[in-house]
Amino acid sequence: MTQAMNTALPQPKRPSWLLDWLRRDKRAAISLVFLLVLLLIALTAPWIAPHSPTDQSLANTLQGPSADHWLGTDDLGRDIFSRLLYGARVAIYASLLAVGIAIVLGVPVGILAGYLGGWVDTLVGRMIDTFLAFPAIVLAIAVTGALGIGLTNGMIAVGIVFAPQLARIARAKTLVVRQDLYVDAARCFGATTRHILWRHILPNALQPVIVQVTILLAAALLAEASLSFLGLGIQPPNPSWGSMLARAYQSMELAPEQMYAPGLAILATALAFNSLGEALRKELDPTNNRL
Amino acid sequence: MLSKLTDNIAALTQGRGGLVWRRLAQVLPVLVFATFVAFALLKLIPGDIALTLAGDNASEARIAEVRRIYGLDQSFISQYLSWFWNALHGDLSRSLLSGEAVATSIARCLPNTVLIVVLAMLISFAIGAPLGVWAASRQGRFIDSVVMTIASIGVAVPNFWLAMLLISFLALQFGWFPVTGAVALSKDPMAALHHAVLPALALAAGGIAEISRQLRAALIELLSSQQVRTLHAKGLSPTVILWKHGMKNVGVNLLTVLSLLANRMLAATVVIEAVFAIPGMGGLIVSAALQRDFPVVQGVVLVMVVIVLGINLLADLLYGVIDPRVE
Repeated sequence: MTQAMNTALPQPKRPSWLLDWLRRDKRAAISLVFLLVLLLIALTAPWIAPHSPTDQSLANTLQGPSADHWLGTDDLGRDIFSRLLYGARVAIYASLLAVGIAIVLGVPVGILAGYLGGWVDTLVGRMIDTFLAFPAIVLAIAVTGALGIGLTNGMIAVGIVFAPQLARIARAKTLVVRQDLYVDAARCFGATTRHILWRHILPNALQPVIVQVTILLAAALLAEASLSFLGLGIQPPNPSWGSMLARAYQSMELAPEQMYAPGLAILATALAFNSLGEALRKELDPTNNRL
Repeated sequence: MLSKLTDNIAALTQGRGGLVWRRLAQVLPVLVFATFVAFALLKLIPGDIALTLAGDNASEARIAEVRRIYGLDQSFISQYLSWFWNALHGDLSRSLLSGEAVATSIARCLPNTVLIVVLAMLISFAIGAPLGVWAASRQGRFIDSVVMTIASIGVAVPNFWLAMLLISFLALQFGWFPVTGAVALSKDPMAALHHAVLPALALAAGGIAEISRQLRAALIELLSSQQVRTLHAKGLSPTVILWKHGMKNVGVNLLTVLSLLANRMLAATVVIEAVFAIPGMGGLIVSAALQRDFPVVQGVVLVMVVIVLGINLLADLLYGVIDPRVE
């Protein structure tokens, strides 16, 4: 098992590896392009948005699509298209924040627990089990209630709840890798624990972590949308796709079409993260014997 | 078959090394630690907790009273221990706003949440399992890719958006279902189910996706195994192979999904309940968090974690029943 895994590890990446992979896997290519476009939109929203996302125009509420307002206006007369573009910033900021916290907290803990073993591992294992039992949004709601309502507090809480997932994966991989011959060899040559952890364990443990990170990005996005929908995430008048859906919910009987664009934006982005994760999993899978 | 199962169940509890006892010994520290986390949430509040708990413009006397009621004048550990001790006896303190016992509020809200979660689980299995089997039996063909696409969308779709779409079409346009609200199962079972169908459907999207994926993967792995090849060679029909030999492997997979879904659905129900204005656990914790009613927040978090851990334990034990080799 371990033997096969090591011999099949992807070789040091040449720059062309990415292009090769994307050419082979259309789903991965489409997802990646979509996410890059989204990132570009998020970065350039102030310049490309046709209107201000927060300017109200109470004379023009709940309008359908027009040349001036491509996706119409919401119940306060704000341009939905512009809000959608600005919402991409919130979506990306929130996902990266939560998952970044999960990486920083989870990966080192998982690797150390797996490498050190013994009572440290047992203790960390129990803590991981504990945090995995908390439904993510529920704990995030509790933490925002305590720390104060706001997007950043909510996403910190989501990151804390996600951390054990990454810790568990990093730990499992570390348990496998630390038995490997080359780690023994490194130890025989007098390598320090720090050297072994950084140079041998971490690079190997990161592979399955990267796959999970991609999938967690989607989960974080959905958590942000949920929190903002409940009024516990982003605060008005700032737009997030979740809070746009909360506005659309208010006028659901008058203008049901208000809910389509933000919902589709969340769906497409989560789908892109998940597809990329699945494609990465397939690509990095050592039993994937493609030539 | 049945006698074998009862044998397995009996074996689970036998001796000090019985699976039940070992699992309980593993779950208990996790449970205690979870209660500690739920309690420690209160410590996240910046500044003097008594001031926050007493609310705005509280008098000195009120603040002192709050300090005494919540034991804030004692050390953190003794606060935790008395909270834990009370929680063990079903006393989860009182709401700061309504003064109602938190346990009473939870007892009132929990059935509404449990109803839609259980219904969503049933829907997930009823739709997800056949889809998974169907996809596995047509692996690599058109149906397979259709099912897998549906599953990808089911995982990625925001539940509350799906809920809004369901309301918009099935409730508002066609009028087949009530738009919002809930009816207690004990009062009027039919009306309760009628109210619960749309929330459960919205909740089930992820469940259907997860179950069909897991089942498909498990079946495909099984069908390509040496064991199945041998059974084929013996002349057994694919149906017999699937039902007699497949269910053991697949059952374990479905149990894993069950405990995963319990956690996810309890989380998702928070938002779903907001959309459907269902007075459940979600509504309870959201309004409590918005109004900083911490005893209620703690109580709901605690009860949800206990439910998730309980289902995990149940799933673990059922592993042992299905497959006694499980460590």
